[in-house]
Amino acid sequence: MNTPRTIVEKIWDAHIVSEREGAPALLYIDLQLVHEVTSPQAFDGLRARGVKVRRPDRTFGTVDHSTPTLTRLLPIADPIAAAQVSRLESNCREFGIPFFDFQHQNQGVVHVIGPENGLTQPGMTVVCGDSHTATHGAFGALAFGIGTSEVEMVLASQCLLQRPSQSFRVQVDGGLGAGVSAKDIILALIARIGVGGGTGCVFEFGGSAIRALSMDERMTVCNMSIEAGARAGLMAPDNVTYEYLAGRQYAPKGAAWDQALARWRQLPTDEGAIYNREISIDAGGLEPMITFGTNPGMGMPISGVVPDPAGVADAAERDALIKALKYMDLEPGKPLAGKPVQVVFIGSCTNGRIADLRAAAGVLKGRKVNPGVRMLVVPGSQPVKRQAEAEGLDRIFRDAGAEWREAGCSMCIAMNGDQLQPGQYSVSTSNRNFEGRQGKGGRTFLASPLTAAASAVAGAVADVRTLA
Amino acid sequence: MTKFTSFSSRVIWMPIDNVDTDQIIPARFLKTVSKEGLGDQLFYDWRYDAQGQPRADFVLNHPLAKGVQILLTGDNFGCGSSREHAPWALTQFGFRAVISTSFADIFKQNALKNSLLPIVVSSDVHDLLSQMVAENPFLKLRVDLASQRLMLPSGQGIKFPVDPFAKHCLLEGIDELDYVLQQEAAIAAYESEGGSPLNTLA
Repeated sequence: MNTPRTIVEKIWDAHIVSEREGAPALLYIDLQLVHEVTSPQAFDGLRARGVKVRRPDRTFGTVDHSTPTLTRLLPIADPIAAAQVSRLESNCREFGIPFFDFQHQNQGVVHVIGPENGLTQPGMTVVCGDSHTATHGAFGALAFGIGTSEVEMVLASQCLLQRPSQSFRVQVDGGLGAGVSAKDIILALIARIGVGGGTGCVFEFGGSAIRALSMDERMTVCNMSIEAGARAGLMAPDNVTYEYLAGRQYAPKGAAWDQALARWRQLPTDEGAIYNREISIDAGGLEPMITFGTNPGMGMPISGVVPDPAGVADAAERDALIKALKYMDLEPGKPLAGKPVQVVFIGSCTNGRIADLRAAAGVLKGRKVNPGVRMLVVPGSQPVKRQAEAEGLDRIFRDAGAEWREAGCSMCIAMNGDQLQPGQYSVSTSNRNFEGRQGKGGRTFLASPLTAAASAVAGAVADVRTLA
Repeated sequence: MTKFTSFSSRVIWMPIDNVDTDQIIPARFLKTVSKEGLGDQLFYDWRYDAQGQPRADFVLNHPLAKGVQILLTGDNFGCGSSREHAPWALTQFGFRAVISTSFADIFKQNALKNSLLPIVVSSDVHDLLSQMVAENPFLKLRVDLASQRLMLPSGQGIKFPVDPFAKHCLLEGIDELDYVLQQEAAIAAYESEGGSPLNTLA
């Protein structure tokens, strides 16, 4: 009888190229995604060494972070962004890497296009110079965010030096209530364990609530694993995964599909496998979540009140809360619901997929965005945009008074001109509420697409379950 | 890579937990295609006001911050984005070591690859150090990687953990990619055995 293994251990074992005494394992990487922001210095490094990209056939490039979402027309107005975008294009051309350029019909946010094109598959190791690479874990892939030195390492060798992580089972059982979604599961987890609660760990999400999610929703959950500090986050593949993948451009076809499927079915964690840590979440007990502070762990149910620093025993935690509430200009003890907001952002690698746009459109249908609110809806990719338009979602957004944009990271990272003004509040479906993340001096409340759309209508933080 | 040698420095104490990489270097500075010029943008929005003037109350603007090589800071330093621009900015400012009770995983790896030493200490030691620095801003600590010790002026040494491979690379000035590329035979052997059939050029 073999020792029972977790899905992470199975993927790990299958990717070890070498293990030397005293050194991290050399892990083979099946897929690297590259974007314009974290790759130029890595390509410079390759040129300086005189090294080629080892496997351009396992590498894929696109532009998303610094690209405008107002128009797809060239040239890009910001000359610094334009130079960065054209640098990736020339780097991909020079090294023979397939590339979705700014005007490509499939261009989009790197973590949206990987799955959308069938590049992300179960059992793979996936890396990208981007901390939200954990998104791909929704397919049962082991997906790490890496720095630029490691981007260069993988370009040159298709390998990464890695120490094993601790395994952390996140068991989510029960049914989500009305108005509660995948985003609320992950925000609730981060609020419970904190932004450093998963450091050194890989989350394995499971349980009936996870199994019941669509692939789009599963990606939302895995996406924010990094916000709890985890190295990665993944879920066992199942029929939902296989149905999503079948027929996509880079997914295996014919006999290769059958072989892959047989392999993928072996991936789920064995009965009796041991985790280093475990936590359980009752999905039925969750409410829509919203953050009040300046890190994603500072979150609460939408019916809650802003916590009072006076009630926090730990001095460092108290100081952090005081600092956060000062930046956010919020009063302790008051509810967030009803707090006026000036901007609502729907989009990002967390919530920029078709399921997210459908959820938001469902709330906005027959309603209007409050005149005091600027609402941006930014699809995660051009295919998501086309699909939404085919379903008439763009009309719902436009008729309600929202801006319907081109695909990109947009106001999640505010590198492309889409940003908050100092002092403004937003309800955002993105992943980070750090100081200035959505624009210098901007203040972010993270929430689900349902909560964001309800807030756009109300002109203030709103509970979708009680929206008039 | 240059070899990491032991050094002594004054210490800047930044008593903030969960410092994220968006604070270390805001995203709007990431449109660069080079590694240069990031030291001036380090902690930009904490360091400068809306007019671009240095904020007098921020530690890095204190006259004592000039030439300092050790940053003592709160728990979970470097969380958030994977941007390697964070250690590039810290090292260009002059830092060679950051002391905290814990570091975010990606930041830690990025730091080690740029000869910026992340030093993890217990919360007791952290309390002691922050108190000592608060009482004596001229206090100098010695960082000795070979013995994995933080030397106090009293001569007392505080042991800190370091991944043995990272330590070896830092002390010997070994570039990790060079080390990996030497394993060409093992990588080729792995590839010839198959692996996943993905081919993005297909």
